[in-house]
Amino acid sequence: MDKIKCECGHVNPEGTVLCEACGKPIEGNQHIDGNDSKKLLNMRYEGSARRSQTYNKSIIDKIWSFFSSVKVGVWLIVIALIASAIGTIYPQEPYIPADAISRDPAIYYEAQYGITGKIFYQLGFHNLYSSWWYMLLLALIGISLVICSLDRFVPLYKALKIQKAKRHESFLRRQRFYSQTEYVTQEEKQTVIDRLKKQRYNVRDENGHILAEKGRFSRWGPYVNHIGLIIILIAALLRTTPLMYLDEYIWLDEGEEKVIPGTDGKYYIENKQFVLETYDEDDERFQEAIAQEGRLIPKNFQTDVVVYKTDGNNITGTEDREKYKEYDIRMNHPLKFNGYSLYQSGYQLNKFAEITFSIYEENDTDAKPLDQFTVDLSDPKSEYELENGFHVEILQYYPDYYLDDGEPASKTDDPNNPAFVFKVVPPENKEPETSFVGDVIRVAEEIGIDPENQELAPMSNVLGQFATNISATEDNKYRVSIEDIEFKKTSGITVRRDYTLPLFGLGAIIFMIGVVQGMYWQHRRIWIRPKDEGIMLAAHTNKNWFGLRKDIEKAIAETRINMVEDQQELDS
Amino acid sequence: MGLEEMKAKKKRKKRNRLIFRTLVLAVMLIAVVYALVTNLQEETSVYEIGDKAPDFQLEQINPNNDRETIRLNDMQGKGVMLNFWGTWCEPCKDEMPYMQKLYPKYKDQGIEIVAVSLDGTELVVHNFINEYDLTFPVPHDKKDQVRELYSIGPMPTTYFIDPEGTIVEKVEGALSLEHLEDHLKEIQPE
Repeated sequence: MDKIKCECGHVNPEGTVLCEACGKPIEGNQHIDGNDSKKLLNMRYEGSARRSQTYNKSIIDKIWSFFSSVKVGVWLIVIALIASAIGTIYPQEPYIPADAISRDPAIYYEAQYGITGKIFYQLGFHNLYSSWWYMLLLALIGISLVICSLDRFVPLYKALKIQKAKRHESFLRRQRFYSQTEYVTQEEKQTVIDRLKKQRYNVRDENGHILAEKGRFSRWGPYVNHIGLIIILIAALLRTTPLMYLDEYIWLDEGEEKVIPGTDGKYYIENKQFVLETYDEDDERFQEAIAQEGRLIPKNFQTDVVVYKTDGNNITGTEDREKYKEYDIRMNHPLKFNGYSLYQSGYQLNKFAEITFSIYEENDTDAKPLDQFTVDLSDPKSEYELENGFHVEILQYYPDYYLDDGEPASKTDDPNNPAFVFKVVPPENKEPETSFVGDVIRVAEEIGIDPENQELAPMSNVLGQFATNISATEDNKYRVSIEDIEFKKTSGITVRRDYTLPLFGLGAIIFMIGVVQGMYWQHRRIWIRPKDEGIMLAAHTNKNWFGLRKDIEKAIAETRINMVEDQQELDS
Repeated sequence: MGLEEMKAKKKRKKRNRLIFRTLVLAVMLIAVVYALVTNLQEETSVYEIGDKAPDFQLEQINPNNDRETIRLNDMQGKGVMLNFWGTWCEPCKDEMPYMQKLYPKYKDQGIEIVAVSLDGTELVVHNFINEYDLTFPVPHDKKDQVRELYSIGPMPTTYFIDPEGTIVEKVEGALSLEHLEDHLKEIQPE
């Protein structure tokens, strides 16, 4: 193929449908935009040469033309859409429930969902959104977006820049809005020009050939929009790198100190106090809502924390540290430092902090305690010497007691439901006795309290009295029972560092600008070509033909110029 | 414009276009490769076989062992079995007796067993040690520092570290007696 010289003298690139300068349809290329079968010209991309559809020589050109196809782009999006949908059928790997048969994805999916689960796992859908092929798909969409845009923007820009006011007769005749007037005076023509200028058209006059144009920049809307999309895609890709995005969760007991995950041991956090405030039950304004909900409704929960910073280059476990920040983390009031944000995300009530035990004489109706001791559950001692001569040893401690096939065991190392086996040595070295005490949660559940949502602290006395109490040795003379329980609250804190957010924001803003630019403005053009004593008048817009018609009506009012006719052919 | 001139211009344009397209494609290729590589690296950022085992220091709480603190780097020259466990973890209970059984024999051959306890309280660990008569050092990782450092997932997790301090094996889950012995032989100093 060769360059095509139009009769107006302009040299067009190969593949041009309408001459860039005068708009004359170029013979032999009309099939590209389907002009050969229609009366009206297809004005898409101004009939400029989309390069990709013409050259296909080197491998680079072939790759380029592959990505420049809108069809390919749409298919990529469809595939990504289908894949994304499939990924939601079963839970993603991080969301395999903690009580699942196995948290190993190789076992879980098949065991839970059978053959479809196995396929799901083997095709990598269990980690879809960070799998290499899903990311590759997004990247390909990005590349397609860039190349499609470049390949259309450049020729369109050139065509609109090169366009001349003088257009070929056949170009004008084959526009949707067209009229011909036999006799028009110079004054009338000048009036039209002035009125168009008044309507803020840019008017060019080349030897009596008029081009009035307005809102050309709206044509760049889609490309601006694509730039925004590309920025969003880049941000999404960056978000998968740990350098740019971090999301962790920690549970912190009151008084507990832990390393902040994801900080390479550089920061530690201490929970000084957790505060839960609920809406007042006695306040009339809230009573209805509270009754409807059936439980107390939290108004505020906050963690008062101290963050410590270490020198970081020491060996884990020996570093020097200094107080770095003190802050009360509340909902919507995260602690921010050095790019990290710590959010208040959850809490657990009813973790046992301290239990006070009393020793009674068995069958004592007066119920006067003989002795008392308190066990700190974050650091229980193995032996306790009591004031009145008793001596107690903890033989076994189950922080999170449950029966495992009849055997006492602990579910976790958290004191969620403590139980003890005590050896009680009475004063004056009488016969030692053994008893089992604890399992308060069972009592709570039996009397219909939900330990996950209700604070147990107000009823700790009752719970203690009815707690399991078994004499392990025969004929126990003394009974160990729970006198008082102190609970502590655990705070759940999300640790996040996200450097990609501003980039997402920028992308979204540019995206919106592009949408507005393309939607709220229209590119309108009106051509006037002198013919003998009269003129030819034609007009084109990319949307809102009604508006364009109004513009023309205003401009030619009270002149002899004929109003344009809408030549639109309805597709048969 | 002469015919020759036009041909030359066309050739130049074609070359420029090729350079432009190659450049655009190359830049995008680099961006994609970078994103993919950094993303895949994320999964290997935990310490794996072949890496140097990161150093740490913790208080040792097994009364049957004379050490007061455990520092990993002090054990260079010895093969180290670094085990992470908890008293509430059932499979840990299964493998502890095997570790204790093999410990005296392999201690004499230059191997140290370090069983890092991830429990919250010392009492339960002491009870456990007494129940199973453990004699190897049990450092107590009360603040989850070393757990975080090694990104420990399921329990037990065991690292076998050779005398040079390099991780040669990582096992998640309980070990049988034979497997344990095989792994210990792997890290035995010459």
